[in-house]
Amino acid sequence: MAGQRILIVEDSPTMRQLLVFALKRMKGVDIVEAQDGMDGLRKVTSDHFDLAFVDINMPVMDGLKLISLIRGEQNLADMPICVITTEGAKEDRERAIGLGANEYLTKPIQANKVLAVAKALLKLDG
Amino acid sequence: MSENDESQGNDRGEAVLAIFQRGAEFTKQILDENSRLRRELSEVQLRHGQAAQSDAEWDKLRGELISKIEELENQNEHILEQLRSVEGENLQFAERYVEVEEENNNLANLYVASYQLHSTLDPSEVVKVILEIVINLIGAEVFAVYVSEEGNDELRPVAAEGEIVANFPTFRVGEGLVGRSVAEGEVQLGDPGVSSGAPSRGGEPVVSIPLRVDDEPVGAIVIYKLLQQKDGFSALDNELFTLLAGHAATAIFASRLYAQSERKLSTIQGFIDLLTK
Repeated sequence: MAGQRILIVEDSPTMRQLLVFALKRMKGVDIVEAQDGMDGLRKVTSDHFDLAFVDINMPVMDGLKLISLIRGEQNLADMPICVITTEGAKEDRERAIGLGANEYLTKPIQANKVLAVAKALLKLDG
Repeated sequence: MSENDESQGNDRGEAVLAIFQRGAEFTKQILDENSRLRRELSEVQLRHGQAAQSDAEWDKLRGELISKIEELENQNEHILEQLRSVEGENLQFAERYVEVEEENNNLANLYVASYQLHSTLDPSEVVKVILEIVINLIGAEVFAVYVSEEGNDELRPVAAEGEIVANFPTFRVGEGLVGRSVAEGEVQLGDPGVSSGAPSRGGEPVVSIPLRVDDEPVGAIVIYKLLQQKDGFSALDNELFTLLAGHAATAIFASRLYAQSERKLSTIQGFIDLLTK
């Protein structure tokens, strides 16, 4: 488990803190935060990550655009992505999965669900 | 044959002799074990023979065997009892683990909400944090944050989600579901029969969370509609309502005081500058 790097791309500080709080329960993970799609793109293309959590509704660059750009990069094509959506944005969720997101979480977010999704996408036991 | 060859030959001979010696010892051990087993066999045969001839000896042997069986059965029952007890404890631990996990998750949400509420002294940022908490942690789709001005019992919407602020009605402290919740300082749940939805479409509040500091009304959070996947309020939601009722009120109150003091400080500084320059 040690050495896994996770990127959180989320504009809401509350959500970012909750995601960090949940993911830090996995020992040895390195978590990096980005506050919008552009910031996320900059970080994901300049460093290695094993998993990314991406919010759909964000300023500057939304999550859907970010996912399509990530999947366009050859070396990022296999990086697991989990999108964060609201139920009202069902079309967005389907579009995100269509663009190459691997999993989705709906609001309100619960720490145990975040952890379970992260472990599944990182193929970690327990 | 050289001296070296002769010495090697002697070494080999000694090694062969040592092997034979060990073989002889092993054979002796086997023979001893064999005679011991023969003795035991003859004793058992003798006992069986005696038991077959004497009823008393047979009864004694049977009694010994029955008591041994009973002893083993008791031991077996004891072990099974211990196993059942351990399984019961395991089940209790598993249930407790689930409870602790749930509690942990709830505490994570409460901690984040509390931390964020007190992370700023800017009134507009405080309201923004409240909106984020209600959307992301409670899961509301249509709601508004109301505030009351000092010395005024009118509750006025200042921020909203899912509908523009102007579409939300105003309330008076003490009147209606929202006004009552603020006056009494109690979270009020709407009538389950009312239609939830945007106020512009005739929706009614599903819950009103009063915001009070030292029994003084500061405002309220009024939720009109929950996200589609939320079919009701959980224990965590109730904890969040309680937290918001106290902490959001304090955060709004403190940020207002801070903004006022900043304005006053700026005015006083202006006067001082005017007098001294």
